[in-house]
Amino acid sequence: MTRLWSRLVQIAFLALLLLLWLLATRVEGVNRILLPDPADVWHQFVDVISSGAFIPDLRVTLGELAVAFVISMSLGVSLGYLISRSRFLIKVFEPLLAAIYAIPIILFLPLYVLLLGLGPDSKIALGATISFFPIVLSTIAGFGYVDRRYVTAARSMGANDLQMFRYVLLPAALPVILAGLRMGFTVALLSVIASETIASFAGLGHHIVDLAENMDTARMFAYIVFVIAIVVFLNTVMSKLEGRARWR
Amino acid sequence: MTSAQSAISVQGVSHQFGDAGEARHVQALLDTSLKVVRGELHCLIGPSGCGKSTLLNIIGGLIAPTTGVVTVSDKPVRGPMPRDLAFVFQESALFPWNTVFENIMLGMTFQGVAKAERRDRAHRALEAVGLLDFAEHYPGQLSGGMRQRAALARALSLETDILLMDEPFGALDEQTRMVLGEDLSVLLARSKKTIVFVTHSLGEAVFLADRVAVFSARPGTIKQIITVDEPHPRKPSFMTAPKFHALRDQLYDLLHDEIRKSMSETAQPRRRYDQAGAAGPTTEPTHD
Repeated sequence: MTRLWSRLVQIAFLALLLLLWLLATRVEGVNRILLPDPADVWHQFVDVISSGAFIPDLRVTLGELAVAFVISMSLGVSLGYLISRSRFLIKVFEPLLAAIYAIPIILFLPLYVLLLGLGPDSKIALGATISFFPIVLSTIAGFGYVDRRYVTAARSMGANDLQMFRYVLLPAALPVILAGLRMGFTVALLSVIASETIASFAGLGHHIVDLAENMDTARMFAYIVFVIAIVVFLNTVMSKLEGRARWR
Repeated sequence: MTSAQSAISVQGVSHQFGDAGEARHVQALLDTSLKVVRGELHCLIGPSGCGKSTLLNIIGGLIAPTTGVVTVSDKPVRGPMPRDLAFVFQESALFPWNTVFENIMLGMTFQGVAKAERRDRAHRALEAVGLLDFAEHYPGQLSGGMRQRAALARALSLETDILLMDEPFGALDEQTRMVLGEDLSVLLARSKKTIVFVTHSLGEAVFLADRVAVFSARPGTIKQIITVDEPHPRKPSFMTAPKFHALRDQLYDLLHDEIRKSMSETAQPRRRYDQAGAAGPTTEPTHD
């Protein structure tokens, strides 16, 4: 019942925003270039989808995201595992990595653009750098703090190293690692799109800036809605994957 | 006592955690010797931190003692001996990501039981502890008492001659603990297993044990061994018998001074060493 109510209030809230938007454009007469009419945005959205105009930019953005995420995942998980094997390494690297994670890594974008150019490489580098940190930190946390009792119990029953990893360390660490991977995925997506808006030739972020510069605001809004939909979809998929691996 | 009778022999075992002078230096055990006879239930009782759990972990090959020798079934202990002895730990240590059934199967996988045999043995072990209906449950879905039954089933499925039980009922309420104690006594009468059982509870020690080794305060060593001459399976009525009370009082007298001594040493975190003693070579920090 409360669930239903909270849903209703959420929907009502969104409807209210839409209503305010309508009033602002149609009654208050706010400049259409600054705030387009919702109906125009809708038509543009339908056009973007039905014409397939989004495909080249989406391909660029998702390609950058995929490469960035694969890099940060492989590096983050393997380095995190190696660090987690020694208490000394944990003591050295965990605070260090956490400290670096706290600085705004997007500051490195100009450097990456200088080194790698305006193409996808600089976006991949930034996405991989930013998402590496939550992944490596959660991998250290996952493998490094496995409950002693499980390790001892497995050892007493004769588990060898491989069995220990497969049946004890990995399942114990997996929920924490997956939470880190999901977070890494989210920040990789954010930084890829953000860096496209700052300096690039292609991609959804770049396209949105392009439309803004041409004062094609209605289409720009349509693209923003489209990107939001993609992001929500990808995050939902990641949450579902993460939820499946959680133990009861 | 000839070696044919003794399942476990502990000779002159001392153990210290950390080196002398270090902050975490603890002399846990001092020159302890013990023989456990085949088929008996031998309780280790003593004040917190006296090293009784450490001794159990040394017998089980999870800790190498600083000095001294332990033999199990006439073989010197140099590491875990999964074919000779099985552990039941205080908080079950069942893997929460596996069902009860999977937990039991996994134990046999670790031990190296042939695949074809595992299913049958898991089934029998669950039947023995009365948990067949809960085979597909996860440990988190069971009560504390049921979890300990499941842990016992996992140990039974390994079909070792010896069980090492480290305060297995310590985290349970008293009623559950009494019922599980009765079940264990029945099981013991049936299976002829040798059991070493660490406990804090005087009543539990007298009710379950054939012999009770009473530890002194740290550095722990065995102060005296009391014999409980009562056949298994023991009935609840044993708990009200004069013999039970006499033995319980005797144990309490023996322990009383040691508990005082151990309490006056409050400057040190006692329980941690007693339990997390099963450290071993891996380096993960504990978080319990």
